Amino acid sequence: MTSELQRTTIEAESSDELQPDPSLPPTAVPEHELRREGKWTWPKALLWAAVALLGGIAWVMIAIVRGETVNAIWFVFAAVCSYLIAYRFYSKVIQRFIARPDDRRATPAEVKADGKDFVPTDRRVLFGHHFAAIAGAGPLVGPVLAAQMGYLPGTIWIIVGVILAGAVQDYLVLFFSMRRGGRTIGQMARDELGRIGGTAAMIASLLIMLIIVAILALVVVNALGESPWGVFSVSMTIPIALFMGVYLRYLRPGKITEVSLIGFVLLIAAIVAGGWVAATPWGAELFHLDRTTIAWGIIVYGFIAAVLPVWLLLAPRDYLSTFMKIGVIVMLAGAVVVVRPEITVPAFSEFAGGELGPVFSGPLFPFLFVTIACGALSGFHALIASGTTPKLIEKERQSRFIGYGGMLMESFVAIMALVAAISLDRGIYFAMNSSPAATGGTIEGAVAFVNGLGLMGVNLTPDMLSSAAAAVGEESIVSRTGGAPTLALGLAHIMQQFLGGAAMAGFWYHFAIMFEALFILTAVDAGTRVARFMLQDTIGNVFPKFKNTAWRPGVWISTAIMVAGWGYILILGVTDPLGGINTFFPLFGIANQLLAVIALAVVLAIVVKRGRSYFKWLWIVALPLGFAAVVTITASMFKIFSAVPQVGYWANNIAFRDALAAGETSFGTATSVEAMEAVVRNTSVQGTLSIVFVTLAIIVLISSIVASVTALRNGGGDNHEDAPVASRRFAPSGLIATTAEKTIEREWAALPADRQPESVRH
Amino acid sequence: MAELLKALKRAPGAIAWYVQDLMGDNSYQRYLEHHRSNHGQEHQPLSERQFWRQRMDDQDRNPGARCC
Repeated sequence: MTSELQRTTIEAESSDELQPDPSLPPTAVPEHELRREGKWTWPKALLWAAVALLGGIAWVMIAIVRGETVNAIWFVFAAVCSYLIAYRFYSKVIQRFIARPDDRRATPAEVKADGKDFVPTDRRVLFGHHFAAIAGAGPLVGPVLAAQMGYLPGTIWIIVGVILAGAVQDYLVLFFSMRRGGRTIGQMARDELGRIGGTAAMIASLLIMLIIVAILALVVVNALGESPWGVFSVSMTIPIALFMGVYLRYLRPGKITEVSLIGFVLLIAAIVAGGWVAATPWGAELFHLDRTTIAWGIIVYGFIAAVLPVWLLLAPRDYLSTFMKIGVIVMLAGAVVVVRPEITVPAFSEFAGGELGPVFSGPLFPFLFVTIACGALSGFHALIASGTTPKLIEKERQSRFIGYGGMLMESFVAIMALVAAISLDRGIYFAMNSSPAATGGTIEGAVAFVNGLGLMGVNLTPDMLSSAAAAVGEESIVSRTGGAPTLALGLAHIMQQFLGGAAMAGFWYHFAIMFEALFILTAVDAGTRVARFMLQDTIGNVFPKFKNTAWRPGVWISTAIMVAGWGYILILGVTDPLGGINTFFPLFGIANQLLAVIALAVVLAIVVKRGRSYFKWLWIVALPLGFAAVVTITASMFKIFSAVPQVGYWANNIAFRDALAAGETSFGTATSVEAMEAVVRNTSVQGTLSIVFVTLAIIVLISSIVASVTALRNGGGDNHEDAPVASRRFAPSGLIATTAEKTIEREWAALPADRQPESVRH
Repeated sequence: MAELLKALKRAPGAIAWYVQDLMGDNSYQRYLEHHRSNHGQEHQPLSERQFWRQRMDDQDRNPGARCC
């Protein structure tokens, strides 16, 4: 392979290989046309001035004007206008000075086209694919929890964070992976950072995958605990998926849209039926499960799902999930625009200045930035942006639309989730999101606790809680932590004003729970499989038999190890006397952001190695890398060293151990010796994980800095990209084709059929 | 106005194309096309059923992550 050869920096490379075939139309928009399109005309200038003005007004409305309420529509305007400006201007700066795509160069999809893994795909379709793979329950959960600080910190971080960090990471990882034939972030880390950095990156990704699966599963458990309706309808997704799998395998292979529509109808039926079943005495009894039982259910399910063949459960579930994802997001955005709820939550809450909020503890900096990971900056995306998507890109310049644009879309989902959460009454919000340890799990306890928080304008009554629960067909909404139930209630609150009225509130609530559970269970299946795959590969280095993925005992053993890993953390979270989500969620955010640090560290090394003309623009990568590194390392330090027991895992550990040693039988919210011992055990697991994560990330960071400094001194470094091959096809780069692109497309269309490249349209 | 009507007429087809391509309905057709233009007549392409089986088995061997 030529790609294995040592070559000089990319700058020094000649592009002689890229001489286009003179008998074909152009494969790239010529430079002078691009320049001409970049010229400002009056209509263009006016349009962008109007976008900027609207965005500016929206930001003033949410950030500066302090009325009693603020309308949710301003959040939509502020977000969309900021995204448009960032996409039009900032992402083009990144494209021009960092990525420097060349459409004369064929993408892996073209070079290695095999009709299966490497397939040139229509950019709009690939955008949908990529979006469905990156967006899940994460952007729906984090912003809800972050609403504790008030709406403004979360809004600013989601919008500014995605523009300067999240979308930059996704775009560049996608681009550089594409230039390397779709190599994964782990492989790129090994290539660019050497063996130590590469190994640390691999171990970190594996551990992070486990913690992310565990905490997502915890969110589902909390949403379904003591909810017969939810348990029934979510369990029904399993037979529905099995049916779809059999249908596709034996009845009508390849009819994916058809079976997904059938599945969707069945899903809706399951939600409606859930309401009836939960209303019957036998249904209420049968499906009323406590959280520990549900957690065990998910662990068993996770194991079975990961060893069953893909076609039977995972693939159909994935189809349903994709279908729901696009649908739900369009619906939610539409509803917010139509209903335009008034927001009464303050911009900064009473907890923004402290570190003892009931939803998650720790000061705003850094904990807000780890609580909202997905939607602003999500390291996990690096695993998706390297691997599948880069093997499907048709033209290099499309990577900006798919990578940067796809992440902007996820950020918009996060903003919608935030709006849904803050459209709720604040008293209800805190009653739902304070841990059972604080509220005692009862209405009276919750009312006393929330009213005792001393929140401005909050006067919670028992009636508010019981009627809110009854309206959505639940027994109770007290201490339904994890974000999913809050989002579901907020969504039901908005959707019922849009469609169906109060009678539909229960349906919408369970619809929201259903799709969150669907996204999460798909992530659990897929995450377990990927983790198992990584483990098999690692064990395979010692026992070669494990590398053979068809060897069933190897599959079972590795799956069991991985499931035991996340299952253990899940059980700890479910039985945590301190609440669970509030103590474990920071680990999820920290893990996810540490992966972002690793991805950006790899990207930094790659960019420095590209050569001198890139040095001036390194800040584009260094800025998000620096910020994410400071945030995650500070957050980890708080979690490891803070002397405040609510914040520091070890401080809490010591406090409880001292209490046990002093012979006390209750301490804080732990009311028995076993509970106290559980806290000691949980905090030591959490504290150890924090130490491991931060150590691995620092190793990767240092190896990246070493690699980068060496390259800086040498004026660049080795180029690990695949050898360039001249492209023989053309496609527009953005959502809408420009005039120049349309002209070239027509030239290609005029070619005789046997000279045309394989079409992306069918 | 006429332009708008034309666009409206095209819309259902465009949506159907988009959804089907996104979900992957057209994968087999795409494979056939690829096969035709690259492997010629001497190799028989897979049947639709075989193709989907192989595709699922590939996923079994090489799983892809889904994000949070």
